Amino acid sequence: MKRVGVFVCHCGTNIAGTVDCAKVAEAAKDFPNVEYSVDYKYMCSEPGQEMIKQAIQEHKLDRIVVASCSPRMHEPTFRNCVEKAGLNPYYVEMANIREHCSWVHPNEKERATEKAIDLVKMAVAKAVKNQPLQKTTIPVTDRALVIGGGIAGIQAALDLANAGHVVDIVEREPSIGGKMAQLDKTFPTLDCSACILTPKMVDAAGHPNINLLTYSEVEKVDGFVGNFDVTIRQRARSVKMDVCTGCGICMEKCPVKVDSEFELGLAKRRAIYTPFPQAIPNKPVIDREHCTYFIKGKCGICSKVCPAGAIDYTQQDELITRRYGAIIVATGFTLFDHSVYGEYGYGKYPDVITGLQFERLINASGPTMGKLKRPSDHKEPKNIVIITCVGSRDETKGKSYCSRTCCMYSAKHASLIRDKIKDSKVYIFYMDMRTPGKGYEEFYDRSREVYGTQYIRGRVSKIYPQNDKLIVRGEDTLLSQPVEVEADLVILATAMVAQPDADKLAQKIGIGYDKDNFYTEAHPKLAPVETHTQGVYLAGACQGPKDIPDSVAQASAAAAKACALLSKPEILTEPIVSEVDEKTCAGCGTCVLICPYKAIDLKTLTERIAGKTVERKVATVNEGLCQGCGACTVACRSGSIYLKHYTDEQILAEVNALCL
Amino acid sequence: MSVNEALDPKASAQTPEDWQPKILVFACNWCTYAGADLTGLSRLQYPATVRILRVPCSGRVNPQFVIKAFQKGVDAVLVCGCHPGDCHYTTGNYYTRRRFLLMRRLMEYIGLEPERLQARWISAAEAPKFQQVITEVTEQIRALGPNRKLRDVQWQQWNS
Repeated sequence: MKRVGVFVCHCGTNIAGTVDCAKVAEAAKDFPNVEYSVDYKYMCSEPGQEMIKQAIQEHKLDRIVVASCSPRMHEPTFRNCVEKAGLNPYYVEMANIREHCSWVHPNEKERATEKAIDLVKMAVAKAVKNQPLQKTTIPVTDRALVIGGGIAGIQAALDLANAGHVVDIVEREPSIGGKMAQLDKTFPTLDCSACILTPKMVDAAGHPNINLLTYSEVEKVDGFVGNFDVTIRQRARSVKMDVCTGCGICMEKCPVKVDSEFELGLAKRRAIYTPFPQAIPNKPVIDREHCTYFIKGKCGICSKVCPAGAIDYTQQDELITRRYGAIIVATGFTLFDHSVYGEYGYGKYPDVITGLQFERLINASGPTMGKLKRPSDHKEPKNIVIITCVGSRDETKGKSYCSRTCCMYSAKHASLIRDKIKDSKVYIFYMDMRTPGKGYEEFYDRSREVYGTQYIRGRVSKIYPQNDKLIVRGEDTLLSQPVEVEADLVILATAMVAQPDADKLAQKIGIGYDKDNFYTEAHPKLAPVETHTQGVYLAGACQGPKDIPDSVAQASAAAAKACALLSKPEILTEPIVSEVDEKTCAGCGTCVLICPYKAIDLKTLTERIAGKTVERKVATVNEGLCQGCGACTVACRSGSIYLKHYTDEQILAEVNALCL
Repeated sequence: MSVNEALDPKASAQTPEDWQPKILVFACNWCTYAGADLTGLSRLQYPATVRILRVPCSGRVNPQFVIKAFQKGVDAVLVCGCHPGDCHYTTGNYYTRRRFLLMRRLMEYIGLEPERLQARWISAAEAPKFQQVITEVTEQIRALGPNRKLRDVQWQQWNS
């Protein structure tokens, strides 16, 4: 016979103003197994908790029901409280008579009281069936994986490494640096992107706790928090990293020229290349798709000219499997493909470029050495049109969201153009100017007042070439009149979109993603860097469009979260997990298929039955992987797998209690 | 009340005007339960007809619970979870959706009004939707009247 104590909280007048708490406490006395019942003003307060502890001692209570606010609020409080009184914390049940009762039925006092009594009755019925559960510990591997070597990944890795944890950065490209390496200057301070990024890249490469795995991709993720087993495919560079000196002769002599990804097609690179001169590691890779040796089987010039003998055409992709305690995903973003827009020329006009291409054109290390020339005829442009929200805030052809950075970088572009070409004129077509951020509005003001940028509120309806100009037609919605600008160069502020294979990576790791393939955080406000998969954190634009300060802030936040996890040798796990009754399990494997966490496996049992040794398969749950969703319990045909704390028996007891 | 009385159309005609149904809501811990909490925090009112039972995931709701609830005299069961694609456990609500469709067919087959079982997706942010759903379902079930078809002896005790 269980001895249940019921504690009804007034929550000041929050509950007592609607629900007759004394009546609820009185009614609870008649429920089966209830030994003691009382109401009090503030159950969560120190005296309230003391009251529970005393009652446990005095009345030898072994199950506690607290009727108060939402368990999402105070369940941990009352679990701690009863644990201090010597009971298993999972003996507590809560009846939510505030959020689910008094606050939503303020005008139906009688019926609210009746409902509160029902809720307490259900909680009592469940509490009676509650079993003691023990938190278990699992070891934590003190090593972190950062996926993506852009500014967010580098920052997160540096923070972790400085805190004393070993970090591996996996980067798909031959060099770390990401999108920030392509930028010229950064708003709102206009400091040079390379000047602030490259020192960090060097720091990361030289840090004793950081390993760079460039030209590599995550192939497979197994395991769970504290113990992720990650398989990384390190693609064949065809260059021996330990032998190559990075002299660059091979890149000069290579006869093959292809469009440079880093320069966004504005310049050529060789088949053996480093993406940019400050690349880290500054050792080339052979692009096997374009290399003559790999296509035709002959050439081999790089191998002949290499003074160190570092070229190795026989290198194979290497699969590395390592165990990590935490994973930080910082895979960043890519740019929206504006060729869907007919009004902007389907991406066919050479002088209609993207904002990122402009960054390369104006960059001192870019294809034009920082001299602004338009791509078609290399003339200096005088009239420049910038169009914002290309792909952003457009549900028909683009994305519904605002990309957050375009207003600011367009203002920056306008300022940079005027800095370089004094007699130029910049027009910005915009929908709304959005400048939330420290110093952002002032920066925007400066672009108008100091640099004389002309802002036109309205959309562009058509761009078409005329002689060597581009005619930009649009509407000034503030004046309600059509406008036409003769432009030499048009810059499109294209939307930030998720990486094309973002969903595939999410599926590998087991994290969620939204309709636009950005990764979802555990809570939009209170857990912005965590994911729903414990031990996996998000940093940077893979979670949503972000500028550099926000990416860096989020990266440091993710690193702090990962540090908290890695700094302990083991962690406690939630005991609400599934358990298999091996006696009745038929080993059909339905649960194995249904489990979203791959937490269930089949194992072979060897038994002696009637003098014979028999082998049979039964399901077994990995408690580290199980997140306690209960999908398996419903799918089990023989009812042999059950979710602790939410067993069929417990839920049915609640259902019964509601109706009795 | 005897079985015959219960099945007698006149008996249902006796349902008093102010009769309020008893509705059992299975709410997943991550979306709908939190959404119901937010409804309280936002002080949005809805009829006191529902009793919310917290489950980790709508996929945890065994059809057996639903049958049992009807057997015990609950007038309607509402299963609520995260929006498809948003399940905290990735796929739980997809199973709920399939089971729900099957359950509705079973209910039709055994002659129980299928409207007595409903499933809705309500996120943690959708307090007004929670309020609206509860109000709507309550109205629907009020129009249907008490569940007299599936119930055992305890139902009579409860009603007497």
